Amino acid sequence: MQRRDFLKLAGALSIAGCAGSAAPSKARVVVIGGGFGGATAAKYIRLWDPSIDVVLVERENGFTSCPMSNLVLSGFSGMEQIRHGYEGLRRHGVQVVRDEAIGIDPAKKTVRLGRGGDLSYERLVVSPGIDFSFGDVQGYEVAMHAGRVLHAWKAGEQTLLLRRQLEQMRDGGVCVISIPLAPYRCGPGPYERASLVAAYFKQAKPRAKLLVLDANPDITSKAGLFRAAWKDLYGGIIEYQPNARAVGVDAATMAVKLEVEDVKGDVLNVVPPHHAGDIARKAGLVTTNNRWCDVDWRTMESKVVPGIHVLGDATLSAPAMPKSGSMANNHAKIAAAAIVATLNGRAPAPVQILNTCYSFVSPHEAIRVSSVHAWDDKDATLKAVAGSGGISAARSSIEASYARSWARNIWADSLA
Amino acid sequence: MRAFLFVAAALAVTPVAAQDVQGRNLAAACAICHGTEGRAVGSDLVPLAGMPRDYLIRQLQDFKSGKRPATVMHQIAKGYSDPQIDALAAWFAAQRR
Repeated sequence: MQRRDFLKLAGALSIAGCAGSAAPSKARVVVIGGGFGGATAAKYIRLWDPSIDVVLVERENGFTSCPMSNLVLSGFSGMEQIRHGYEGLRRHGVQVVRDEAIGIDPAKKTVRLGRGGDLSYERLVVSPGIDFSFGDVQGYEVAMHAGRVLHAWKAGEQTLLLRRQLEQMRDGGVCVISIPLAPYRCGPGPYERASLVAAYFKQAKPRAKLLVLDANPDITSKAGLFRAAWKDLYGGIIEYQPNARAVGVDAATMAVKLEVEDVKGDVLNVVPPHHAGDIARKAGLVTTNNRWCDVDWRTMESKVVPGIHVLGDATLSAPAMPKSGSMANNHAKIAAAAIVATLNGRAPAPVQILNTCYSFVSPHEAIRVSSVHAWDDKDATLKAVAGSGGISAARSSIEASYARSWARNIWADSLA
Repeated sequence: MRAFLFVAAALAVTPVAAQDVQGRNLAAACAICHGTEGRAVGSDLVPLAGMPRDYLIRQLQDFKSGKRPATVMHQIAKGYSDPQIDALAAWFAAQRR
């Protein structure tokens, strides 16, 4: 580390610190990642104990929401609707540092930043989301860099690129959506995407087809509700193929390679399998299948590296727990409660959390799944509370208005 | 006066009571739809902050029993015990609107 860089960083942090609380700092918590998990953790630690300094390290200059991004992709909403800044977190006294965490030293309790310098911490929150296992799909990276295949499974640049490809596709063309084996980010997300792309085709390219290649044996979430919507609204547009795992892509012939055949398309939206964000791997937090991070669900603390709390999609999910924005936001509250308790000399207590996920099946109608998760002493994990939770009775415009309201509230709860 | 300030300062740093922490932690999960500390954004969802405690208990119990129809709350309320419902209601009732 260059001393000059360190001083620059230290200076920036202390200036940012002055804008926050006047009380002397109790401890510093560093948060890596400003998505639903990291942003919520940063905010709630400040909310529950303003004498704790919180530094959030995020490489982007704003948050782009995956929830609601399928509406942007299909042309029913705009990018500005899903983009949010970090001013709200700064108002809570969170010091937002735009940089990339490139290493963690759990013994020294420091985080190394890409632009130089180390940040020391008392407790660390790692909420890195997912990165893609490109190697699992042969030819993927080359084809992606050539713009021939896209995932658009992190909202942002690829959302707009895929939107453009759908717009430019000829009427009568074929779009292929390929879904990896579960667990992946946002279980119902690919089926929502299929529904909304089909809604766009129905309106703008009535002869176009949508081929859904699913590595899973069936629709993984809200299956009956999606099937009903596809049958009622998109007959003749969507073709669904289960047990169809993509093992490669061929940019030259515009084909998705399955285990037994090649499937050609005009637009290839292939979502590769993923794993906990790369920084989690580098820090030795990955415990399971070389992909996910196991945690103590009472505190979100890593099972292998003490002092580090892992949140969101990067975790090895508890039973019946989806990888969703609602869950990441709730994981953050478990971690915030545990960190605030620990730094105040109290024992952390388990926190009961809940999930609610809406999916649009058309621009005007949505469906939902909910669950409540409580600590189970015997099995030492969070478990869905028996008799609770469920799905929408039917798709409806009321659920669509609740979906929009959910989005506004979770964005505000995480970021404002 | 000096004594008063001293007491005020002592109160400000007194750790929140365990019961409050339990209500606060339970209530935090509701924020994904009902807003941080029950102050919802927009008009679609009921802001829970400052709602009378007994009213909240009754609504949650009616959702739980199925007496009050809902799109989602009947499924969520079934995940909470009676003491948890009481703690949630007490905590939301104590929040400023």
